[in-house]
Amino acid sequence: MNTATFSLATLAPAIPEIVLLALACTLLLVDLFLAERDRHVTYWLGIVALLGVAVLAALTIGRPTAVTFQGMFVSDMMSQVLKVALLASVAITLLYSREYLEARGLLAGEFVSLSLFASLGMLVMVSANHFLTLYLGLELLALSLYALVALQRDSVVSTEAAMKYFVLGALASGMLLYGLSMLYGATGSLELNRVALALSHSQANPTLAAFGLVFVVAGLAFKLGAVPFHMWVPDVYQGAYTPATLLIGAAPKIAAFAFVMRLLAHGLGGLAADWSVMLAILAAASLAVGNLLAIAQTNLKRMLAYSTISHMGFLLLGILSGSDNGYSSAMFYVITYALMTLASFGMILLLSRAGFEAENLEDFRGLNKRSKWFAFVMLVVMFSLAGIPPAVGFLAKLAVLQAALEAGWTWLVVFAVLMSVIGAFYYLRVVKLMYMDEPVGGEPPVAGRADMRVVLSANALAVLLLGIVPAPLMDLCARAITASL
Amino acid sequence: MIPLNHFLVLGALLFAIGVAGIFLNRKNLIVILMAIELMLLAVNMNFIAFSHFLADPGGQVFVFFILTVAAAESAIGLAILVTLFRNLKSINVDDLGSLKG
Repeated sequence: MNTATFSLATLAPAIPEIVLLALACTLLLVDLFLAERDRHVTYWLGIVALLGVAVLAALTIGRPTAVTFQGMFVSDMMSQVLKVALLASVAITLLYSREYLEARGLLAGEFVSLSLFASLGMLVMVSANHFLTLYLGLELLALSLYALVALQRDSVVSTEAAMKYFVLGALASGMLLYGLSMLYGATGSLELNRVALALSHSQANPTLAAFGLVFVVAGLAFKLGAVPFHMWVPDVYQGAYTPATLLIGAAPKIAAFAFVMRLLAHGLGGLAADWSVMLAILAAASLAVGNLLAIAQTNLKRMLAYSTISHMGFLLLGILSGSDNGYSSAMFYVITYALMTLASFGMILLLSRAGFEAENLEDFRGLNKRSKWFAFVMLVVMFSLAGIPPAVGFLAKLAVLQAALEAGWTWLVVFAVLMSVIGAFYYLRVVKLMYMDEPVGGEPPVAGRADMRVVLSANALAVLLLGIVPAPLMDLCARAITASL
Repeated sequence: MIPLNHFLVLGALLFAIGVAGIFLNRKNLIVILMAIELMLLAVNMNFIAFSHFLADPGGQVFVFFILTVAAAESAIGLAILVTLFRNLKSINVDDLGSLKG
């Protein structure tokens, strides 16, 4: 709290963020001086920057909790682990996107630098310990993503998706901020630690705090895409060009999990009895709407959007348990979910080529005849998303359900299991199309650059392997949660 | 002196007008941008009122950040609006209908 003792060493916990900011700004400048045919330099620099910062963040794992910027920014084990996961996931997103972007003339410096700034926003969100840093991180992420979706300027659906995303995202930020202002009034502080302290010593005005909480939960639900605040998810997933969809679908979910943990579990832990009921309603609605509406979709991106909504229901199930076990299962869930999202959209990107989007279910018909290996990759991912063992999705769901059961949410657990049985139908339909139907004909064999094929295969194998040996990651999550809260 | 409640009621009214402006407006996308701005201003009103009555400057500092972010947000919103207008030749909310299901 003492401002007189500022020294450079106090910035040490924020080194990954500072380095990423410097690299992102350098990249913006470098891109200005590159000729049009050297654009791939920016692209590779972006990937190197992301991986470099991921290594920096990985080196910090296990360091004791450190707070800097007058208590606004915290580096604890949860943030350290999540940072590595989300940086790696953005780097993989860029890797998968190259061919797609090149074929459509979108591989400009803007895509890479906006991805870097979005990653910076996510890092700040993950480490925020103050309403202001939470808000700024969120907005840096959101504004970068709005611009990213709108980058495909000549496409009607893309710009329309960008507009919808922008309006509903801004509405969500407004709700969240309104709630934060009420909580500030109720507790008299903007710092999460002191907000938590005021709430636990009942120094806060309970009406004002409960009123603020409703708006905060609504804002968070918007950002997560939980029902009834999910309207933007299907439109944006379908309308945005696939790399942007992947960027929205994978890493920001990890950041959103950290955001919910910081705000609800840490800052508003004293109101857990109130928010766990709200989250239960959101979770039940998300599970029902996500799984039931996904069945009716013929567009794979839109189907995966509804699947995201149902997965966010599962994630909320872990958080609302309110126990360390629940939090660490939710953390495991969100990391493995990001992995599955990367692989599923990676497959769409692999099958797309210039002038052709492999975004309809029909485009996967008879994939087994075209490429046995990549049909298997898609099979693993679909099994995992559906929660069929031995893929990791099963264990992630099991852990979350166990935590919710321990917390006494029996009806919700039964409902979630029922809904995921219904949900298995639309994932298995993709498998059926790939293996039991004949290709439409005229489809070329699966191409794709070597680096993408290798990483995509490794990604799918990781989904499978984590399902067989989940212990290391689960232990890491459990340790991170106990060390952080 | 004006009591805190008056500020909060004004803030709530402005916020409600902003939210209603987003959902009820079926005509013009620019009106939606204005409604978003109104919501953020309502939040600012709350923060400043609380900050004054709690005698804590933190809330007023927060307002500066919200104003800055709101400016950036409007800039991006208008930029998206311009690209949308180039594609659709309209900024009517009802014309945004190509994504459904």
